[in-house]
Amino acid sequence: MVDVLERPLTRAEPPPEAHGPTGLLKWLTTTDHKVIGLSYTVTAVIMMVIGGAFAEIIRAQLASPNGTLVSLAQFNELFTMHGSVMIYLFAGPFAFGALANIIVPIQIGAPDMAFPRLNALSYWLYLTGSITMLSGFFTAGGAASFGWVGYAPLSNSLNTPGAGADLWIGGLLLTGFSAIFTGVNLVATIFYLRAPGMTMFRMPIFTWNLLVTAILILLAFPVLTAGLIMLYADRHFGTHIFSVAGGGVPVLWQHIFWFWGHPEVYILALPFFGMVTEIIAVFSRKPVFGYRGMIFATISIAALSLGVWAHHMFTTGVVLLPFFSMMSLLIAVPTGIKIFNWIGTMWRGEVWFSAAMLMALGFLVTFLVGGLTGVYLASPPLDFFTHDTYFVVAHFHSVVMALVMAAMAGLYYWGPKFTGYLLNETIGKVQFWFLFVGTQVFTLPLYLVGLRGMPRRIAVYPHDPQWQFLNDLSSVGAVLIGISTLVFVANLVYSWKKYPAGDNPWDAQTLEWFTTSPPPHHNFYRLPPIRSERPTWDYNHPEHRSVPHGPSDRGSA
Amino acid sequence: MVVAGLVLSGCTVPSFGASPGDTTSSRSVFHLWQGFSIGAALIGGLVVVLVLWAVVRYRRRSERIPPQHQYHIPLELTYTIVPILIVLGLFAATMVVENKEVANPRTNVTIDVNAFQWGWKFTYPGTNAMVVGQTTQTPTMVMPVDTNVHINLTSSDVVHGFYVKAFNFSRYALPGVLNQFTLHALSTGTFFGQCTQLCGLYHSLMWFDVKVVTPAQYQAWLAAFHGPAASAAAAAASAAVRQQTSSITPTKPATSTGAG
Amino acid sequence: MKVEARFLLGLGLFFGVVGLVYWLWSGEDAGGVMLGAAMLLGFLPGSYYLYWSRRMAPRPEDDSTATPASGAGVVGTFPGSSIWPFTLGMGSFVTVLALVFGIWLLVPGLSLVAWALLGGVAESRRGGHV
Ligand code: HEM
Ligand SMILES: [Cu+2]
Ligand SMILES: [Cu+2]
Repeated sequence: MVDVLERPLTRAEPPPEAHGPTGLLKWLTTTDHKVIGLSYTVTAVIMMVIGGAFAEIIRAQLASPNGTLVSLAQFNELFTMHGSVMIYLFAGPFAFGALANIIVPIQIGAPDMAFPRLNALSYWLYLTGSITMLSGFFTAGGAASFGWVGYAPLSNSLNTPGAGADLWIGGLLLTGFSAIFTGVNLVATIFYLRAPGMTMFRMPIFTWNLLVTAILILLAFPVLTAGLIMLYADRHFGTHIFSVAGGGVPVLWQHIFWFWGHPEVYILALPFFGMVTEIIAVFSRKPVFGYRGMIFATISIAALSLGVWAHHMFTTGVVLLPFFSMMSLLIAVPTGIKIFNWIGTMWRGEVWFSAAMLMALGFLVTFLVGGLTGVYLASPPLDFFTHDTYFVVAHFHSVVMALVMAAMAGLYYWGPKFTGYLLNETIGKVQFWFLFVGTQVFTLPLYLVGLRGMPRRIAVYPHDPQWQFLNDLSSVGAVLIGISTLVFVANLVYSWKKYPAGDNPWDAQTLEWFTTSPPPHHNFYRLPPIRSERPTWDYNHPEHRSVPHGPSDRGSA
Repeated sequence: MVVAGLVLSGCTVPSFGASPGDTTSSRSVFHLWQGFSIGAALIGGLVVVLVLWAVVRYRRRSERIPPQHQYHIPLELTYTIVPILIVLGLFAATMVVENKEVANPRTNVTIDVNAFQWGWKFTYPGTNAMVVGQTTQTPTMVMPVDTNVHINLTSSDVVHGFYVKAFNFSRYALPGVLNQFTLHALSTGTFFGQCTQLCGLYHSLMWFDVKVVTPAQYQAWLAAFHGPAASAAAAAASAAVRQQTSSITPTKPATSTGAG
Repeated sequence: MKVEARFLLGLGLFFGVVGLVYWLWSGEDAGGVMLGAAMLLGFLPGSYYLYWSRRMAPRPEDDSTATPASGAGVVGTFPGSSIWPFTLGMGSFVTVLALVFGIWLLVPGLSLVAWALLGGVAESRRGGHV
C-alpha cells in the first residue's frame, strides 16, 4: 500500500496506478490529495448551499418590519449558524482545503502532499466538525445563538445553556485542528516537495498565497483553540476566565477571538486572491504583472493582519485606538498594490471573457467596494458611527460575496483539470450575471440602511418606510444570488461528462496544465524544465517568455 | 487638511448617505465621513475606469500573443508610495476627530446609563431622577441641549451597545467596565436609540429614546422627581422592572415575534 | 532553504517589533503575549531552516538552473491508501462529542484514537524505505 516514488523524468510507462480498495472503502481510505481535495470541494459547496439557505430565511424574515416567519430565538440561531457555516465550514475549508489541496502540489511538481495521511485526517476532522456544529439544530435547545463570534459572557452557561452551544464549540475544535493540520501539510509540501528548478521565486502566486495562508493558520488557529477550551471550561468546569463575577475579564474573549478572527479574514481571502491572480493572467495571455511586488504585498498583508485585531473592538472603549487604526489603514496599501497589479496584468493583454474571467472581474469590482468601505472602518470615529449596524454587514458581504465569485472562478478554471470535463460556458455566464447583479442589489441597500441606523442581528425593526424599502431591495438581491446557485447546479447536471477538457484548455501557464486532466495517480508522467513561474507557457511558447522591465529573473537560491 | 477644508464648505459637499447629526462630535464625524468618501470615490472611480478601459480596449480579438511585459518599477513604486501618503493623511484626519470625540471635558451634568437584559436604566447622580424601561416600554433619557453631558455607561450582565443614530456614535456597555464619554447636543428633539450588540433573546427590542430639552425644561424635569411621593414611585417602578427582568428566563420562550 | 529561512525569520522579527511596541504603548498583556508567541513561530522554525541551509548543499529546488534530471532519484514514500486517518477522525469525533453528551463517550473515543495511532505507526514501519 506504499509507493516509493522516483522523480518523473520522461517516463514511457505510467507511474504506479492507484491500487487498493475500491468503492466506498476507497473513499474512506484514500490519501490522494486530489480525491481529498475533491471531497473538500464538494463538502464546502454543500456548506455554502446550507449557509445560503439560512441567509434566504433571514432575508425573508427581514422583508417586513414585523416578520413572523421565525421566532426571535430561531432568528438568533439562524444568523449565528449562517455566519458560522459560511466562515468556518465553507469559506475557510474551500480556501485552504479544496482547490489548494488539489492544485498546490501539482503547481510545484510534487507527487502528493507531504503528509498524505495527515491530509486525509484533516478532511475527516472537517467533515465531523461540520456535522457536530450543524447537529445543534436537532437538540432540544436549538443551535448556538450567540453570533458567530460567541462573545462572552453571552456565551456562558448562564446566558446560553444547552447542547447547541457546546456542539458549536466542539465543531470548532475539530475544524480548528483540521485547519492546523492542513497548514502544517501545506508548509511542508511547499518547502520540501518542489520540483528541481522550482525556486521560491518561481512558485505561482496561488502557491505563494497558500504558503502565506498556511503560516497564518499556524499563527492564528491555536489561539482560537485555546480560547474555545477556556470558554468550555467556563461553561462546565466552573472557571471564571471570562466572567466578571469570578474575577474574570469578558473583553479577554474578544482579544483572543479577534487575534484569530482578523488573520482568519485573510486566511479566507489570500487563497482567493491567488486564484484570481492566476486566472486574470491566463485569460489576458500575459504573465502576472509585478510578480515580486505581488508576493511582497501578500506577505505584508499577512504580517500586518496580526496587528489589527482590535479594530473589531474600537467601541469597547478599552483598546489602543491609534495603534490599531494605523495598522488597519496600512493594510490598504498592499491591498491596493494587488488591485493595480491585476489591472496591470490585463493592460495591453488579450482579455478573454470566459466564465472564469467574468467571475474574476466580478470579484475585482465587488472586492473594491468591500475594500474601500473597510478603510472607513479602520478610522475609530467612523467605526463608532457604523459599528454593529448594517453598514458593517454590507461591508463584509461585499468582501465575502467577492470571494464567492472568486471561488466560482476557481471552479470554472480548475474544475476541468481535476474532473477532465469543462463546464458549459454560456450557463456559466448566466450564473455570473445573476451572482454579480444579485450581490450588488443585496449589499448596496444594506450600506444605506446601516447608515440610517439599522443594527445588525435584529429580527424585527421599527416601522420606517425607508428601512423597509431598503430591506426589501436587499432581499430581492438575495433571491437573485439564490437563483445563481441553482444555475450553477443546473450547469453541473447539464455539463456532466459532456465536454472533455484536454490537458490545457485555456492555454494556461503553470505546471498543473502540463499534466493530463485529470492528472495520473501521482500527478506527472514527465516534467518540463522550470525556468520561470510559468513553465507550461515557456514550454508551449518558447519565443514568448516574459520581458522584465525591471530586475531580471535572478532566480534566488 | 482635506477635512479642514471640508468643515468650511460642509454644506456643499454631498452627504454620501450619512447625516450631520445632532451633537458637536457627530458633526465632525460627518465631515470626516465626507472626507473619506471623497477619497474613496476618487480612488474607486479611478480603479473602475482603469478596469473598464482594460476590458474594453484589450478584449480578445485575435489569437495574437501580446507582449509579455512583467515589471515596471517606477509605476509599481508610484502605486506603493502614493497610497502610503493617502493613508497617512486619513490617519491624521482621523486623529483630529478622534481626540475631540473621546475628550472628557469637565461638566456638572452626569447621567449613569446602565444596560441590562433587556432594557436601560438612566439615573442622574445627585438627584432623585431615574428612568427604567425594557423591551416594549421604551425608556427615555432626558438631557439638556448645548451642555456637555457626561455619560457613565455600564452593563449588569452581557455586552450591550449604546447607539444613537442622530449622534453618529456608539459605545459598548461592558460588564465590569465603566465607559465614559461626553455628549454635547446642539438642538432639541427626540432621537431613537437602540442596543447594537447582540445580547440575547430580546436584543431586537432593546430600544430607548433620547429627549434633548432646554436646560430650563431639564431642571423642571429633574425637579419633578423630588419629594417623597415621586421617589417612592420611581423606586416602585424600578423594582417592578427588575422583577419582570428576572422573570424572563434566558432560555427560549414559547412566544414568537411580533412584540415590536 | 535560505529563502524559506529568511521568510520566517523576517516574519518573526516583524512580530517581535510590533509586539514590543504594542505592549509598551498599550500595557495590555493578552495581545503582547499573543504577538510574542507569533514572534516565536517565526523564529523557531526560521532558525532551524537557517541552521540547515548553512550546512546543506543547495537542493535542486533551490537551484535556478536545475533540470528535471538533477532531481532524479527517490522523492519519498507515499502511502497509496490507509484506513487509519479515517479511524483517527472518527475517534476524535466521538471524543469531542463526549464534551457534549457525557464523559462515558471518552471510552470509545479515546480507544479509537489509540487504536488508530498504533495502526498508523505500524503501517509506517511496514512501509519501510524513505
Ligand atoms: C446568499 C448570500 C448571502 C446572504 C443573502 C447573506 C445574508 C446575511 C444577512 C442578512 C446577515 C445579517 C444577519 C443579521 O445581522 O441579522 C448576514 C450575516 C453574516 N453573513 Fe451572510 N449572507 C450571504 C453570504 C455570506 C457569505 C458567503 C459569508 C461568508 C463567507 C457570509 C458571512 C456572514 C457572517 C459572518 C455574518 C455575521 C453573522 C453574525 O452576525 O453572527 N454571508 N448574512
Ligand atoms: Cu479585522
Ligand atoms: Cu442588544
